[in-house]
Amino acid sequence: MLSFLWRRLLAGLATLFVSTFVMYLLVYASMDPFYDLRQSNAPNKAQLISERIQLLDLNTGVVIRYFKWLGDVLHGDLGVAWVSGQPVSSLLQGAIASTIQLVTAATFLAIIFGVAVGIVSALRQYSSFDYLIIFVSFLLYSLPAFWVAVLLKQWGAIGFNDFLADPVISWVAITVIGLLAGLLWSLAIGGDVRRRATTFALGFAATFGMFAFLQITDWWTTPSINPVLLAILGTATAFAITTLSTGLKNRRALGASLTTVVIGLVLFLPMQVFFKSVEESWLMMLGLAIITIAVGIGVGYAWGGPDRGVSARTAALTAIVVASMIFVNQVMRVWPAYYNAPAISGRPIPTIGNSTPNLGGNFWVQTLDSFTHLLLPTLALLLIGFAAYTRYSRSSMLEVMSQDYIRTARSKGLPERTVIMRHGFRNSLIPLATVVPIDVITLLGGAIITERVFARPGMGTLFLYSLTHAEIDPVMAYLLIVAALAIIANIVADLIYAGLDPRIRVNA
Amino acid sequence: MSTVEQQLPPEDSTENAIELREVAGLSQGQIVRRRFLRHRGAMVAIVVLAFVVLLAFTSVGVFGWDGWWIWGPNQTNRVIINGGHPTMELPVWLGGDAGVWFHWGLHPFGQDEIGRDVFARVMQGTQTSLIITVTVGLVATITGILVGALAGFMRGRTDNLLMRLTDLVITMPVIVIGAVLGQLAGGNNPVIFGTFLGLITWTTLARLVRGDFLTLREREFVDAARVAGASNSRIMFKHMLPNAIGVIIVNTTLLMSSAILLETALSYLGVGIKAPATSLGLLISDYQEAFSTRPWLFWWPGLFIVVIALTINFIGDGLRDAFDPRQKRIPSERKMARARFAGGQSPTQGTTSMPPQVQGPNVGLGS
Repeated sequence: MLSFLWRRLLAGLATLFVSTFVMYLLVYASMDPFYDLRQSNAPNKAQLISERIQLLDLNTGVVIRYFKWLGDVLHGDLGVAWVSGQPVSSLLQGAIASTIQLVTAATFLAIIFGVAVGIVSALRQYSSFDYLIIFVSFLLYSLPAFWVAVLLKQWGAIGFNDFLADPVISWVAITVIGLLAGLLWSLAIGGDVRRRATTFALGFAATFGMFAFLQITDWWTTPSINPVLLAILGTATAFAITTLSTGLKNRRALGASLTTVVIGLVLFLPMQVFFKSVEESWLMMLGLAIITIAVGIGVGYAWGGPDRGVSARTAALTAIVVASMIFVNQVMRVWPAYYNAPAISGRPIPTIGNSTPNLGGNFWVQTLDSFTHLLLPTLALLLIGFAAYTRYSRSSMLEVMSQDYIRTARSKGLPERTVIMRHGFRNSLIPLATVVPIDVITLLGGAIITERVFARPGMGTLFLYSLTHAEIDPVMAYLLIVAALAIIANIVADLIYAGLDPRIRVNA
Repeated sequence: MSTVEQQLPPEDSTENAIELREVAGLSQGQIVRRRFLRHRGAMVAIVVLAFVVLLAFTSVGVFGWDGWWIWGPNQTNRVIINGGHPTMELPVWLGGDAGVWFHWGLHPFGQDEIGRDVFARVMQGTQTSLIITVTVGLVATITGILVGALAGFMRGRTDNLLMRLTDLVITMPVIVIGAVLGQLAGGNNPVIFGTFLGLITWTTLARLVRGDFLTLREREFVDAARVAGASNSRIMFKHMLPNAIGVIIVNTTLLMSSAILLETALSYLGVGIKAPATSLGLLISDYQEAFSTRPWLFWWPGLFIVVIALTINFIGDGLRDAFDPRQKRIPSERKMARARFAGGQSPTQGTTSMPPQVQGPNVGLGS
């Protein structure tokens, strides 16, 4: 195991060295550091050019300059972006933070939705739902990212802002949305005619009811998850998670997750008081999330029984969902103030940047502001990632469900839920586990196009800007990071694979 | 080709029986061709793609030929008709008001702010993008096959060297190296740009071909060929390559659909094709500022990108299904129930899988 790691790391370093060398030559060849001077009519043009040659050390051969650069990097100096004179390391800090912000939510949501839809699609292979999902994923997969992003920016933002200015959905539209939702649910769940009809009716009623509720309570202008809503959503979450993870027959697990919902409800008001009295920060939120999980696990263990681990897991999952609802509610509470802030001027969904300048406000306002800035870029990334993950998980689930051990599981009389969730779903995640780290790390290199369209100052923007402005140091720093991450991702993927699948040995 | 459903005679209630009867006595190529021709999505996609290619190359012409369309891509019409709005109108049966048939008008896709015909420009862009897509496909396939075949066949040191080279190319993100190379080689020659893109997108194919060759070289027919005195290159390209063709064709198609997205993205970012040449990505980039006033400038090129990428994807999907030996055509539950009802047979019969003797001749193809 260790020798495998060593060998891979050494090979990775060698690859990194060659790759940066080749890239240095390529980047140098593609750049024109005199692009602005060529067109200038300044009388001292020749002098300016020679000054720049001096500045960029262009008289030295490019190979020697690469080794100079490498030496500096090994001493921790990433160089300077000469146009602005800023050191590269400080440029990178802001860019990495912005990119991580953008990529996190999009990746998580794409994985969750994509895997869920892909699995359902695979379970209902050759049904209308399956064909619909195949078509939609093909369509999304064929969409150019920049086109979608520009559409969202030019169309989605304007439409959504107009809607928020006068948030009324016509009853006809609500009915149509409800009918569509009912149809989708009945296609996804399937069964005989009666079951389809029941699902359709339930799906329609739930969707229609939700939109009607939002409309009547004027939720769009004063959004919140109040205790009543929290109780409904929390209970639904508890039931859904228990159904998927242990089945409703396991009363202890259900009891444990319902208990966490009650704890969430009891803490609803105290948390508001708590947030008022302290200085909030993201570090604190992380701490609270860990406490929440610990409480969930504790509740699960307290319910006891022979399989307390399962109850603990179910309760922890429910707890974290309920806690995030409380968090979201806290963010939503500042919405009216945010909406009426002068810096917003009634257009709350922005299309550029990653924060509103001169906004001010407390932690919650700042959080809401970064959320509104993330909305559209996240959606753009989500659409394309969703398509990819749907395809992966569908094909891997199909592969798994045709294995012999699934038949064995069925033939020994396990309930279908256990067969699907424990024997099918878990194994179908193995190939995904090797794709996800590579995807995540590739995305950290910056969703170049999305960042460009929405003018977010992330890694991709930094790279493109520096490349077109002939600044070799930031470009190389970027490439170094991306290449290093790619190599690490591949090693991590191999290790995960070996960890998940005992048939594979890494020290071979 | 008519669908299976229509061919279903009343005495045959299960699809597998038909499958069995139909593949009996056919060569591998014939089976694949039949399966492909029966893939409805792929067939529709081929027709649509052929139409787009024909439209793009004949309307504005190639190699100095002017084509049948009245406007050239860079020709300006001083008279801006209808405020630049598209003059195309849909016929009544499609919800328009142009009578029984389409009404085209002088500028069916509209005009841009200086009066250039958008249809001509989009066609020119489609042409460039298609040329790049095909070039990328060709270059990447040839490189991928060469690298993969050599590595898989020679093994040992050559394999090691070639695979490290592949790893090296993989560590450089395609869009990044494409941007660097585009800056270097872009400009207005689609073939050169496409070649450069092809030189960085061959890695997946090389790995797949290598994997196939590693298993194929242990097969008896390779030994037989070697005993008969065939040279290495003959064994590789005459004996082994045809056995790996499924993987290659499928991946080439999928590669081409991502190539058009990559090319348009790079051109959009300003590091690919540059004016005066045009490509679909460049058109979108040029016209995105005009979105609020002239949205059609933006819709048409995007639509063509989506159509091309979507059709290539569907063709690739059809090919994969056709080459996959495990692929079984299973009708929906409802169709099975109907067939069962019509045949009056027991409901368990529809679930039998294909007997192994049918899978036999397909082994070694596809993966």
